[in-house]
Formats: sequence, C-alpha cells, structure tokens
Amino acid sequence: MNNGETRGIREGLEKWREKRDQMKDRDFLFETVSGMEVKDLYTPLDIENLDYQRDLGFPGEYPFTRGVYRNMYRGRLWTMRQFAGFATAKESNKRYKYLLEKGQTGLSVAFDMPTIMGYDSDHPRALGEVGRVGVAIDSLQDMETLFEGIPLDKVSTSMTINAPAAVIWCMYIATGEKQGVRPEQLTGTIQNDILKEYIAQKSWIFPPEPSMRLITDIFAYASRHVPKWNTISISGYHIREAGSTAVQELAFTLANGFAYVEAGIKAGLNVDEFAPRLSFFFNAHIDFFEEIAKYRAARRIWARRMREKYGAKDPRSWLLRFHTQTAGCSLTAQQPENNIVRTAYEALAAVLGGTQSLHTNSMDEVLALPTEKAVQIALRTQQILAYETGVANVIDPLAGSYYVEALTNKMEEEAEKYFEEIEKRGGVLACIEQNFFQQEIADAAYRYQRALDSKQRILVGVNEFVNPDEKLEIEILKIDPRIEQEQVARLQKLRRERDNIRVRETLDALRRACEGTENVIPYILDCVRAYATEGEIIQVMREVFGEYKEKPTF
Amino acid sequence: MARKIRVLIAKPGLDGHDRGARVIARALRDAGMEVIYTGLHQTPEQIVEAAIQEDVDVVGLSILSGAHMTLIPRVTQLLRENGADDILVIGGGTIPEDDIKALKEGGWVKELFTPGTPLEAIVEWIQANVKV
Repeated sequence: MNNGETRGIREGLEKWREKRDQMKDRDFLFETVSGMEVKDLYTPLDIENLDYQRDLGFPGEYPFTRGVYRNMYRGRLWTMRQFAGFATAKESNKRYKYLLEKGQTGLSVAFDMPTIMGYDSDHPRALGEVGRVGVAIDSLQDMETLFEGIPLDKVSTSMTINAPAAVIWCMYIATGEKQGVRPEQLTGTIQNDILKEYIAQKSWIFPPEPSMRLITDIFAYASRHVPKWNTISISGYHIREAGSTAVQELAFTLANGFAYVEAGIKAGLNVDEFAPRLSFFFNAHIDFFEEIAKYRAARRIWARRMREKYGAKDPRSWLLRFHTQTAGCSLTAQQPENNIVRTAYEALAAVLGGTQSLHTNSMDEVLALPTEKAVQIALRTQQILAYETGVANVIDPLAGSYYVEALTNKMEEEAEKYFEEIEKRGGVLACIEQNFFQQEIADAAYRYQRALDSKQRILVGVNEFVNPDEKLEIEILKIDPRIEQEQVARLQKLRRERDNIRVRETLDALRRACEGTENVIPYILDCVRAYATEGEIIQVMREVFGEYKEKPTF
Repeated sequence: MARKIRVLIAKPGLDGHDRGARVIARALRDAGMEVIYTGLHQTPEQIVEAAIQEDVDVVGLSILSGAHMTLIPRVTQLLRENGADDILVIGGGTIPEDDIKALKEGGWVKELFTPGTPLEAIVEWIQANVKV
C-alpha cells in the first residue's frame, strides 16, 4: 500500500469508528476463550508491515507460515488418527480394526494408567486402574496381541506414552520383528515428551535429568535404526487441557521443543541428525481464529529458530509438523450431543491451520471412553470436512485475512515475551523447578472457571441454555472389572512360562547400562525380547534413576 | 467466632488430572477454609493418614481415571477403621450417573460434584454440611 492509500484508509476508519461507536453493543465478552481482547474490525492498517516473502512465504518454503508442504492436502489429506484403547490388548485390537475399517488412516494407542506410570497390572498401585483409561500393556506378548492382524509395515502408529516410552517403543519394534518387519520400515510416533509431564500431564516417573538422557538415547537410536519414526511429539495439548491460554500453549510447547533440541546437541548429536523427526501436538480449542493463528505462528517461530539460532541446515529440520486433538476441556457433560458440534468447529480450525494429523473427540468423552457409535460420528466429522466442505482444496486459505495475519503476529509477539521470561529464569528446567509454568497455567484455569461461574463467559448447556432435570440419553461405555483379573492371570502365566534366567540377565545388563553412559535402547530391546515386563524394566530404571517428587501447590 | 472449616483435597490412584482439584482447592481457600492439597498419586492409606493428621472436616477426592469404584470406598473404609468416620467424604471427576448413585446409596460418599458444577455450589454445600 502506498502512503496515499494508507492515509485514505486511516481517515475512512476514523470516520467509520465515529459512527460505529455511537451504536450500542450487546452485553458480551468480546475476548478469545484465552481472554485475549480482539477488536471489532481489522483492516489493511493492522498488517501494514507484513512482508509476504519474509513473514508468510509459500507453502513448504521457509518460514512455512502457510504450511509445511508445497502441496498440503492436495497431495495427501491429514491423517485421521483416533486415539483409542481400553481394557486388554484383545479388545483394543478389535477397536483398531473397527476404526481402520471405518476409514481411519493411522493408529493411535491409549494406554491405561498402570502402563503409563510403569506398573504391571498386578502391582498394588494398579488395583482398580487396569484397562480403565486405555489398554493394559504389561509385556511384548500384549503388544503382539494388540497388533495381531495389523501389519506394522502398512500402518503408522502413534503411542501416547511418556516416562516409559523407551520400553513401549522397544515392544513395538520387537512386535515388528515378530511380524517380519524391519525397524527401518516402521513408521509412527511416540509422545515421549517428559517436560510437559512435569508441567501439565503429570505422568512422570524419573527426575528430569535421567529422563532427558532416555529421550536423547531414543533420538540417537532412531536416527540410525528407525529413521522413519517420529521420536517425540512435543505437546501443547495437555498444557492447554490443564487450563493454559493459547499463547501459553504455544510458548511453553515451543520452549520445551528448544530444550529438546539443546539436549540433543549437548548429547553430541548433529541437529540435522534428529531434528527432522521431531514432531508436535497441539490442541484445537473452541475459539476458532485464535487456534488458526496459533498454528501459523508456531510454524514460523520454529522455522526461524531452527535455522537462525540452532543452525539447522536440512530444511526438514525447520518443519513444524503437528498432530492436533480437539479440546477435551471444551466439552460438556450436559447435553453431550452438543459436543459433536464443538468438535466439528474445532476440527475445522485444525484443518484451516494446516495440521498433519487429527483426532476428533467423541461426544461422550466427558463421561467415559467413547462408544463405537460416538467414535464413528467423530471420524465422520473428519471425513465430511475432508470430502464435502472444500476447505482442503486450497492451501492456507485464510492467509491475507487482516484479522488472521494480525492475530498470527500477536500470538508470535506474546510467545516471544514468554521466551524472554523463560530465558531470564534460567531455562525450561529451571522454570519447572520454580513452578513457573504450573502457576501460570493454574492462574489461567482459575480465571476461566471464575468467568464461567459469574457468567462472564458462556458455556452452552452449562450456564446458559440449560435443560434442568436433563436425563442422559446416550449409551456409555463400561469397562468390565473382570478384565483386570484376566490380565493379571495372563501376566502371571507369562512370568511362570518365560525363561526367567534370560530375563534376569537382560535386566542386570540394563541396570549396568543405565548406571553408565551407553545408549540404553539395545539393552531395553533385549529385556523386551526376553519377555521381561514393563514393570520389571521400569523398576530397574527407578532404582538407578530415582523417582520424581512434585511440590504440590494450588 | 467459628473456626475455619478444614478440607483435604486429594488425588487418589495414578490419575494425573489435577486441574479441577486445584481450582476447587483455591476456591475453598478463597472462601475462607483451611485447605490442604495432597498432590498426586496418593494411595488411600496416604490420604487417610493425612486426613487424620491434619484433623480435617472434609476429604474431597478427585478421580478422572475410572478407578473410583475401587478407590473411593477404600478411602472411606480406612477412615472408618481408624475411627475417623466423622470426616465427610465428597468427590468429583469422571464418574457416571450409575456409579454416583451406587457410591452415595452405599454410604461411601456424602456427595459427588460432576463436571459443570459451579464453585459456589461446592463451597455452599460444605458450609451447609460441616458443623464448626
């Protein structure tokens, strides 16, 4: 725009503002769900300094604001990857086959709490928890059952596992071996993002230092032996679910990402050896434009930092590829069918934001794990989006919108303020120690709840448009408590029938490796192949690495 | 002047979802109660020990892991065995309607507060049900 045009618009805007401000506005909070104020109107003046080549670029080209691939969804749709798992491997195997048959294009495994926390199904702490929030995996035997009839060279699998990620990953690799699939052929992701555990998801086992060692061991091993594997899914989803704002989700996630890059470099790896296989995981919350701006800002920030600060030379190291899940915390227990609508809007934002992979929540997930019917609707939501709405026909279609570009810039600016603060406080690990992230998140969560309770913020069906005396009319999935006994019986049979001398040998070798500096992955693989259980392997690691203890605050 | 109501907010089992528990703990503190938060991954034994040591009026259990039918009754049982059954047990989380009914009718909890409950409702319930 030249100065004449700018001046003209500025004058026009002032005149418009004069007349518009005389009009009465309805009593409503015109803020994003994160509490960010937004104007009623955006104009070319809001993006006056936007330089197309510098700030946006072309899709698949630096700084990737417009998308990570040149052809985006014209080349390949996002992966439709529904997070699933419950009860035992046999039941979950059935659900995976159901989902694949319904048109899902990638697998995503949800594990139960004992598996997540590194306990076998017969551990005292596992009582009542087996198979409840995901599938129980105690050993390679369970992993083999989980993927029975599912060829691991034909599907990519994402596994939501963090503290015990190395063990579960080795079980997956060993399962591939049993199927005749070589590690080089395996594709998938392990979440393996321990920093966000301390901050938000809270399923930690070991303290930060040994946990980072395990992660860099995985980076190194994968770069050599499992090159198509995404070694980490640096996550903002859980940070957002814990109550953070969109800016906090963006900033804390990327800060964690930088910390992993620095850890990998410190461990002696060349950044381009592992960075191309770092991936991300964001939330798709209900404020539509805020989410789209967040994803675009994320890509741009990451690309710039990777190239400018960390000196990555391989363009694949500059790419922020991400999976998205629609926001669980935006759903309501009241009038659950409304959640279908929320999920659809959130999915749309994720797609317009250029996600590589997507999970859409089922309407009943505030109440229980999804029924077949509910997850089918969630999957169909993605398919209708992909095949009927036309939004996937054009790459980054919202680019150039005065609002979207202004908001993308604002998200980036606000994130940079957090990066400065984190730096000042001594980095990510120091901030975790200082409870900085946790307190920011808790404050945001409290503000949000207060806003709901005072009806400053509306949640349909909960504090407005309520159906008093509503009766739940949808079916809810129930986990049969007998599966716990069955799993325990199977586990104890395995312990009796395996070569326990070999198990002991491999566990001892692992202990020595943990105590030293060698890459532990080959040792864990040996344990896993001998049918050592997850709990047994983690126990060895617990004894060497110690256990993390949080300082409980509120 | 009546003394402050004392509440223990606890996270039993392996569940790591502490957003609700911590928001409620803060609301109760803002409402003038003395609140102790146990932190995560507590066994029923640890929770009961803390409840007795801290001499609380109420124990609030937060469970989003589906393990509520095992863990809630266990806490209440242990309180009874330790002669602390004057402590009110309440809770919340991902607990289906049927289980809420079973837990209340079985005498394991006095009340359960599900997603969507306003903070004031919980504050008022405690103030109405605890005699100081």
